[in-house]
Amino acid sequence: MIVQDVLVVGAGLAGLRAAIAVNQKNVRVAVLSKVHPIRSHSVAAQGGINAALGNNPRGAFDSVDLHAFDTVKGSDYLADQPAVMKLAKMAPGVIYEMEHWGCPFSRSVEGRIAQRPFGGAGFPRTCYAADKTGHMLLHTLYEQAVRYEQASEREDFKFYDEWMVMRLVVEDGVCRGVIAMHLATGRLEAFLAEAVIFATGGAGRVYLPSTNAVINSGYGMAVPYWAGVPLKDMEFVQFHPTTLLGTGILITEGCRGEGGFLTNAAGERFLSNYGDSSKAMEVAPRDIVARNMQREINQGRGVKNEYIDLDLRHLGARKIMERLPGIRDLAMNFAGVDPIEAPIPVRPGQHYTMGGIDTDVDGATEVKGFFAAGEGACVSVHGANRLGGNSLLETLVFGKVAGESAADYVLTSGVKRAGASALEEALREVEAELKELTDGTSEEKAATIQVELGRVMHEKVGIFRTESALMEGWREVKRLQTRFRKVKVGYGGRVFNQALLQVLEVKGSLDVAEAIVAGAYARKESRGSHFREDYPTRVDADFLHHTISRHQGKENPKLSYRSVDLGLWEPKERKY
Amino acid sequence: MKNKVSFDVFRFDPQVDKEPRFQRYDIEYLPGMTVLEALFHIQGTVDPSLCFRSSCRAGVCGSCAMHIGGRYRLACETQASIALERVVAIRPLAHLAIIRDLVVDMEPFWRHYKRISPYLVPSERPPELERPQTPSQRDELDPMVDCILCASCHASCPMTASDGAYIGPAALMKANRFVVDSRDGNTAQRLHVVGDDHGVFRCHTVFNCSRACPKDLDPAGSIANLKRMAVRELVFKANRK
Repeated sequence: MIVQDVLVVGAGLAGLRAAIAVNQKNVRVAVLSKVHPIRSHSVAAQGGINAALGNNPRGAFDSVDLHAFDTVKGSDYLADQPAVMKLAKMAPGVIYEMEHWGCPFSRSVEGRIAQRPFGGAGFPRTCYAADKTGHMLLHTLYEQAVRYEQASEREDFKFYDEWMVMRLVVEDGVCRGVIAMHLATGRLEAFLAEAVIFATGGAGRVYLPSTNAVINSGYGMAVPYWAGVPLKDMEFVQFHPTTLLGTGILITEGCRGEGGFLTNAAGERFLSNYGDSSKAMEVAPRDIVARNMQREINQGRGVKNEYIDLDLRHLGARKIMERLPGIRDLAMNFAGVDPIEAPIPVRPGQHYTMGGIDTDVDGATEVKGFFAAGEGACVSVHGANRLGGNSLLETLVFGKVAGESAADYVLTSGVKRAGASALEEALREVEAELKELTDGTSEEKAATIQVELGRVMHEKVGIFRTESALMEGWREVKRLQTRFRKVKVGYGGRVFNQALLQVLEVKGSLDVAEAIVAGAYARKESRGSHFREDYPTRVDADFLHHTISRHQGKENPKLSYRSVDLGLWEPKERKY
Repeated sequence: MKNKVSFDVFRFDPQVDKEPRFQRYDIEYLPGMTVLEALFHIQGTVDPSLCFRSSCRAGVCGSCAMHIGGRYRLACETQASIALERVVAIRPLAHLAIIRDLVVDMEPFWRHYKRISPYLVPSERPPELERPQTPSQRDELDPMVDCILCASCHASCPMTASDGAYIGPAALMKANRFVVDSRDGNTAQRLHVVGDDHGVFRCHTVFNCSRACPKDLDPAGSIANLKRMAVRELVFKANRK
């Protein structure tokens, strides 16, 4: 048994920031991740991170309040307003901190952190590092984590790289720790921890196509879900307007922030034809742009009847090379197109999970000692739709918040080291489960189920939802879950058994998908990214609430509802 | 199979195999398929025993650097069509112990990275707002901060093969990234670390690193800069008492 004070699972931006926060309170912390921290999907984020710094000349009248308001409005009034205020208030601090830690932000002429416009923002407040902001932030934060690791005596800051969590152990409503597997040896270990923070990212790969990495299966949401921790607002899935045709690779909103156009087969900037995007045009919020793009395609006006053109040619080679070099590489490598010469073929695709592990404004869940932060958590600061630039921000703010909460929890409730027998029992259960999965062979393959699930979710629980499609989607997910029960790994080796990990992750994806469909079906209104063709308006009277989903084993998930924390701004019609 | 691509994939399980072997896989080619997608297909539906690292599939995370058809590249950025007319061999990164198949032990690589203090060390306490940095000062960081730590350079460098303690091109470029950063105040110390027998002077200017880099970066250039500065620091400052 390995004993830790605070264990952070997930080593992307939120996980690393949480770990640093814990260590700064002089509490021992360990970071466990199934990939090396620098491979976490935070690295792929492109466009930027929001804060009301006022560095752009046009941002002179920006403020924390305006940032918060834009976020609440962007969320279609589902976000909890005190949480949003906290996000906006802490934003400048976490960004200056990253800069002090060496993050190579792009600079304005005055030498300050440069800021660009982004969707749904009243002022240009998106700080960026070319179009590789996630890369720069993650590398900087990992560098700092290494600094803390090197400064620690007695292993107060420890990494467990390439370990995969198998189970979260909860006993009588209290978190005891986790069971995890060391991938290089296949060895299972029990981790006894006073506090556990999950920062395991989003569930994008429940959908295909998705901008997300293959590691974002939603397994990190499923593990606590299986242990009794509720998920929140799972039906709110963000479809990014501009994902590359074919691969689904992300093409940042920054392209539109820098002035790019979206055109249809006739070369028209069609967003002017839709009431909700005619004013803001390409920098309207993502849910609005994605829907209108999809409408163009569905109504036969897409380029080659399939996609939309993202035209950057008028920006000029110099601006593209300076501000958007990464997407130029992506377009050339993955679509054979140089955006200096030709438009990029794009279409909407799954990108972000607004929903996740239900936490409060301090990163705590209803399980004592269990916390969550980042895309895998739902506070909620993004409500029904997230503004670009607020996710990178959320990772740092709530990573810090959750880390401090976990450290405070350990400091105030003391180090009890309880739960060893619960952990030992869980370890034996996991061993048995893994043995069962690796014993024997089966015609049914996890990889096939994963692809089918992705297709079902894209088609039935996508941008435009209807009761009948959702019902079909539900039945398909149920059928896939039944098929999954026959799956066998097909390989019994202990070292880097990738096939085993895939099987476990698909299991997680299926249960997360189930929660998404259930929430979408029950929400008979349209709000933010959740659009019901059969219920196209927002109905605050009946649905201004969060969906709480609890796993019930083989039975359907149990849904309940919690009201939204308002207090600052009354919900209004969301027009741009 | 209408169109097929053929790969000879390096297989080795040190716990079981006496020596490595190549396993041939022929799979159906779909237009636009990448080598990584071919590997996913093989691992997911043909041979569950295969293992390799991957994540973003978009050329930004650095997980899938492999030796493919004679060069180091990211499997996700390499078109599988190179294996239409001929069998293409896929090998793991060199100069690092094999854990299994295409998964190598990256521990030495990370050790070298950590050794050079890969974090900003400013000379004064931070200001209230951001430390100013001009756009051209920021531009100087450009080639180096884009490094995704994929280890292609490390694997292609013959010096990492002969000297396990050689810091290697990736970590040295990272050291240069901080030396060049106008906000860093730790140049002298950094040069002492990279200026020892297993640092920059182990580099024999072979240039494999810059050639191998899938992101077209220039570790060799960074090492050259460090060599120049290290000589000035270690030889001339050391002589000045």
